[in-house]
Amino acid sequence: MQTKRTIFPNKLLPYILLAPQLAVTLIFFIWPALQAVKSSFEREDPFGFKTTFIWFDNYKRLFADPSYLNAAGNTLVFAISVTVFSMSLSLLLAVAVNRVLRTNRLYTTLLVWPYAVAPVVVGILWWFMFNPSVGIAPYLLRGVGINWNHRIDGNHAMLLVIIAASWKQISYNFLFFVAGLQSVPQSLTEAAAIDGAGPFKRFWTIVFPLLSPTTFFLLIVNINYAMFDTFGIIDATTAGGPAQATNILVYKVYADGFLGLNIGSSAAQSVVLMLIVIALTAIQFRYVERRVQY
Amino acid sequence: MFKNVLFLSAGLAAVLSAAPVAAQTEIAWWHAMDAELGKKLEEIASGFNASQSEFKVIPTYKGSYAETLTSAIAAFRANEQPAIVQVFEVGTGTMMAAKGAVYPVYQLMADNGEPWDPSSFLAPVTGYYSDTDGNILSMPFNSSTPIMYYNKTVFEKAGLDPEVAPKTWADIENFSRKILESGAAPCGFTTAWVSWIQTENLSALHDQPFGTLENGFGGLGTEFTFNGDVQAKHWTNLKKWADEGIFKYGGPVGGPDAAPKFYAQECAIFMNSSAGRAGVINNSKDFEVGFAPLPYYDDVTTEPKNSIIGGATLWALNGKSPEVYKGVAQFFTYLSRPEIQSGWHQTTGYLPITNATYELGKEQGYYAANPGSDVAINQITRGTPTANSKGVRFGNLTQIRTVVDEEFEAMLAGNKTAQQALDAAVERGNVILREFEAANS
Repeated sequence: MQTKRTIFPNKLLPYILLAPQLAVTLIFFIWPALQAVKSSFEREDPFGFKTTFIWFDNYKRLFADPSYLNAAGNTLVFAISVTVFSMSLSLLLAVAVNRVLRTNRLYTTLLVWPYAVAPVVVGILWWFMFNPSVGIAPYLLRGVGINWNHRIDGNHAMLLVIIAASWKQISYNFLFFVAGLQSVPQSLTEAAAIDGAGPFKRFWTIVFPLLSPTTFFLLIVNINYAMFDTFGIIDATTAGGPAQATNILVYKVYADGFLGLNIGSSAAQSVVLMLIVIALTAIQFRYVERRVQY
Repeated sequence: MFKNVLFLSAGLAAVLSAAPVAAQTEIAWWHAMDAELGKKLEEIASGFNASQSEFKVIPTYKGSYAETLTSAIAAFRANEQPAIVQVFEVGTGTMMAAKGAVYPVYQLMADNGEPWDPSSFLAPVTGYYSDTDGNILSMPFNSSTPIMYYNKTVFEKAGLDPEVAPKTWADIENFSRKILESGAAPCGFTTAWVSWIQTENLSALHDQPFGTLENGFGGLGTEFTFNGDVQAKHWTNLKKWADEGIFKYGGPVGGPDAAPKFYAQECAIFMNSSAGRAGVINNSKDFEVGFAPLPYYDDVTTEPKNSIIGGATLWALNGKSPEVYKGVAQFFTYLSRPEIQSGWHQTTGYLPITNATYELGKEQGYYAANPGSDVAINQITRGTPTANSKGVRFGNLTQIRTVVDEEFEAMLAGNKTAQQALDAAVERGNVILREFEAANS
């Protein structure tokens, strides 16, 4: 098929039109990224008086640092848990809402609310509900014999940030799943029903595969969310504690750079994160996307 | 139409820029005081602004201490720094090492012909903020020291004499047991600032070194030594008491959950900065509060040393015009006036940092009328300070305190013994010290 293309005779015009966009990208993305790469090879005092080029010392020290490897492990646990937890729950909710005919608008609206809450506020809400001294959750848990204290117990703390981060993301996933479900042709499920397939069979063999573009998209978004966008929640609930049990890579960049004023190490960590993002995106688009039916 | 708008806005701009009749020199002051403390601080600034017309101090709240320091440093790198920044005691090592960024206060005052007498400040304050040559580098402003608050009402319910405060750690244990057994409260004691109070001050009180080279005062080559017997014994006890329910942990850094536990009468005893006094008084409407010095181990020492300083000082940053510094110097002189200082000290619970302020308070009968308000000053000035009780000075202390908190939490969770946790904290802390040394020498 031949598409008709408009050809601009002016060779300069396209570049001029692109310039604003490119300028924004250069100033706000490329330039800081290069600065980070540069800083990651340097050792510098906080005020920037003395800068020494030290090659890969920051990186070497980073990968020899058990707390960094610990943060990497935490990130893995956290990102996978949040993604699985929030996606499966929101799929369940979406399927449920999709079956309700009359009030589904109402449910949809209610379920979307948490998305409008700022991450720090989410953190504070859960921090308050699970506060070992004044929170309602530890009080109820004590009734069933669980002594909740995320100030001391690292597993409790991890569970808390996973719940808080997932809760926030459920609305987003839910919206996409509802939209995805509505685009599944009724005729297919009806035909399957006539052939005698039960609701579970219909869901897993027809609806779920047809949802795969949505699921794939959400997978990327959720992993990125859990890895890079949960800073506010962690800061407000556990601040990475206790004993670094909930310190994830992104939070460590902040803690080392902004609280610890160790700019070199913090820059090296951001460069590592940058590489992770690039790798993740490449893998996802190259290998996973091919298997998705659109 | 367009012309009119242009004309109007030009006129408006002229009016706006002409508004201050005499051109005032503006002095930016970044601070970390929120709520009541912040209000009081702004009062001081407007008091200064009203006292003269040449300068205008503009205080700006920049968040927590750590955030304030970070923003000041970032601003300095971008050449947008404030003239004055409030830096907590933990940042002192970092600021002192940044020689090019700081305009030392003794020099600032001399250059601008303002009176400056280091001996007018309390000795522990001078000691903590002087460089190795004995010059004070930053303007003492809000200094505090940890003390003990206790709930007299709960003490009475438990059959204890409310007028007798626990003196030693053995008392804390016994009193707490009684409180728990009698059901007067579900927890004996809690603490804010595990690193500052239960480690740094514990070491000072018992004359134990926290680090080599006079706790870091002697140079950047210092190494930590706070994994000694006394500290290990104390941490072991804290773990034991935590398991028994006598002690409840209030969280890392400042211990955000500690104060609520005391206010809610869950814990009967609370160790916190003397600057927590205003908060304690405001939140103890339902019970009576007693104030006492920090406890000590009487099998280690019978005469505990002075406690060490916390709080913050004001640093003048380089890169401003001479007029600005003239204003800063005048403002610092204003700040040191006894009547200004005592207003701050008496409303906030911070220490009276000059001798004159303390004397003024005595004359006014403030300490007699407010029992417990002199606990902090008596505790910090008692005896002769030793190299171990003079204070601590380490670079990157913010990070190091986080390490101490983390190891403390690992111990509470049962992953490590007290000795293992302290050894690990010393080892990790030394790595941070070496990094600071490398970056600053």
